Amino acid sequence: MADISLSGAPHQVDGIQASYMAQVQRRRLYGGLTLLIFVVLMVSGFNVADDRNAGGFWEGLHQIGDYPADVLSEAWEKRADLPALIAKYFPALVETINIAAVSTLIGAIGGLFLSLLGTRGLAKWPLLIPLFRRISDIMRAVPEIVIALVLIFVLGGGPVPAMIAIAIHTAGALAKMFSEVSENTDLKAVEGLASTGATWSQRMLLGVLPQVAPNYVSYTLLRFEINIRASAILGFVGAGGLGYELRNSMAWGPGRFDEAAAIFILLFGTIVFFDQVSSRYRNRLTEGQGQ
Amino acid sequence: MTTIDLDATKFDAEKLFQRKRLIGFGIPAVIAVYFVYIFFAFDLPGLAGRANMENAVTLASDSWSHKVHVTRDNRSGEITYAVEGERKGRYPDGQRPDWVTGDDAIIIDLGREHIVRYLPDNRTEIEIPGFQLIEVQAEGRTVTTNLPDDLPDWISASDRRVGITTPEGRITLTGARTEVFNYFPGWELFWFTLDSPYYGQSLATILFGDQIDPARSNITGAVSDWWNNAMWRHKDVAWAIGETILMAFLGTMGAAIIALPLGFLAAKRFSPFMLVRAATRRLFDFVRGVDALIWTVVLARAFGPGPLTGALAILITDTGTFGKIFSEALENVDQKQIEGVASTGAKPLQRYRFGVIPQIVPVLLAQILYFLESNTRSATIIGAITGGGIGLMLTQAIQTQKDWEEVAYYIVLIIAMVMFMDWFSGWLRGKLIGRKD
Repeated sequence: MADISLSGAPHQVDGIQASYMAQVQRRRLYGGLTLLIFVVLMVSGFNVADDRNAGGFWEGLHQIGDYPADVLSEAWEKRADLPALIAKYFPALVETINIAAVSTLIGAIGGLFLSLLGTRGLAKWPLLIPLFRRISDIMRAVPEIVIALVLIFVLGGGPVPAMIAIAIHTAGALAKMFSEVSENTDLKAVEGLASTGATWSQRMLLGVLPQVAPNYVSYTLLRFEINIRASAILGFVGAGGLGYELRNSMAWGPGRFDEAAAIFILLFGTIVFFDQVSSRYRNRLTEGQGQ
Repeated sequence: MTTIDLDATKFDAEKLFQRKRLIGFGIPAVIAVYFVYIFFAFDLPGLAGRANMENAVTLASDSWSHKVHVTRDNRSGEITYAVEGERKGRYPDGQRPDWVTGDDAIIIDLGREHIVRYLPDNRTEIEIPGFQLIEVQAEGRTVTTNLPDDLPDWISASDRRVGITTPEGRITLTGARTEVFNYFPGWELFWFTLDSPYYGQSLATILFGDQIDPARSNITGAVSDWWNNAMWRHKDVAWAIGETILMAFLGTMGAAIIALPLGFLAAKRFSPFMLVRAATRRLFDFVRGVDALIWTVVLARAFGPGPLTGALAILITDTGTFGKIFSEALENVDQKQIEGVASTGAKPLQRYRFGVIPQIVPVLLAQILYFLESNTRSATIIGAITGGGIGLMLTQAIQTQKDWEEVAYYIVLIIAMVMFMDWFSGWLRGKLIGRKD
């Protein structure tokens, strides 16, 4: 017995070692291949993008600083006017923030309903769950600019097209995040309420919302940050607010770079400010839940 | 517990309830007040006046239908037939739609007994059921008609221009030319333009029938004619979608590659120098705060419009976001695994490779793939600003304000593209790090 196991053991170890080495080599080969494919994709992708760009990467690289330098030097020369310009564009900033805030609110309300109607166990009409999920998938997939451009054609320029466009996308995006949260809700509260004869809206309002509110608010705040950026970008294609003013002052070119600089400063300050505020509140909300 | 204690607790509870009630009513009230403010700040009452319902109708009807123009040049007498009135959609000489008949007098049957006749000497007769026979004579720059003075609202007439809109089609007459638009459902010439020999052939004929074009085999010929379709530009559209996805891919992956080493610099665990850490973090905050819009604008000045500019704008913005996420992930790694690797005598680089990287890879991959999907959407928007990809084609199609069927086509493609990337990134995530559930 002992002889067999002693003579067998080295053989087994050899076998294990060989198969282990083979496995390692195979994994290395796969890893290397994946890396190779990735590098090839990156390099060829870069070359294609470089070819199809109006100016080349290497020719443009040393010019990156030129435009910011022009803007900054002109703004520095006219630095006395800067506070006045910032005051001038403040209403546009308020409009940009308003677009983001309203669309986040509307989107959050829409997303709330879509997610509650599309979550198993909570839905009012369980048969329609796939329908509401598809609706929120499609709303999420539509880039804001698509709806904004079409609505600008119908409604004319201004904040309303941007508001509707961002609200639709927000509703879809939040519906997905909300339903991930609401899938994990404790159904006991809902069942308890149902046993007292509560209607669907009462069950949701009293049984589900108190459980999910911190996460929902946290996601909504995150979305608000994203929507401020989106509303600035949509302004650039004609939907009002700070982006619109930026495009106008840029189209003018040199001579009004001080205005562009004022808008840059406002936009940068706003984004950083809301990022900081919202991340502080989000941390507080999610920390409170962990305890 | 004494009575006083109980009273105090009751009092506290009462106050708590009151506060909750106040919040319960207060927050909805604040939101309602805010909506009222927005209602006036965004001038919603004035919106009805600014909205152009005619545009909405054009958009809604044009996006799923097409029109064929029958145009008579009143100077030369030449008659052309063209889909959407475009040169690319013109019927070749000697061909015309089958609802047009006659040689000297061209008879256009719009359907439901709406008939337009182009008569010699620039005369036109229009038959509309329930209305008198309309006769129009074009002379020089003016048109003379037999229309009465009080006209129904679907006819507009002056001595320069007559316009008639019926459910079956539209007719405009000026001194220079007479034009009839006949509407049909569907996206015309989507597969082949009129100059292709495969136009009007059924799929079965192309696949299994006789050779249509003697120079090419049916399938290669059909595919190449479809690919090079001048009306719908399938080739350009495919390139544009490729460019958009390329922007998202290059931007996301490039950002991840740059952000990973920077993330180490910003993480307290791995970067002992406070100054370096703070500087990297401020750099992340800065590039994130400047935002893709401004980066696009700045980079477009240096590199010109195109996909590379868009990719770089995404790259720079996301370097900040990734850097922040990565450094947070790095702060939360488990020290035990690093110690375990170190106990085998691993050098620092090996410790990172085998102790740290395996821990953060799932978080990193999940974030990168999520951003890949979301950046496809951003790339569409950035493309519209910087001039590249499907975003640019969409903006151009909307700005020309006539090819709404192309706009509808692009929108469908964009939604399909984003949904595909969503599915693809989810699939890849499942393959690489396993499903959560």
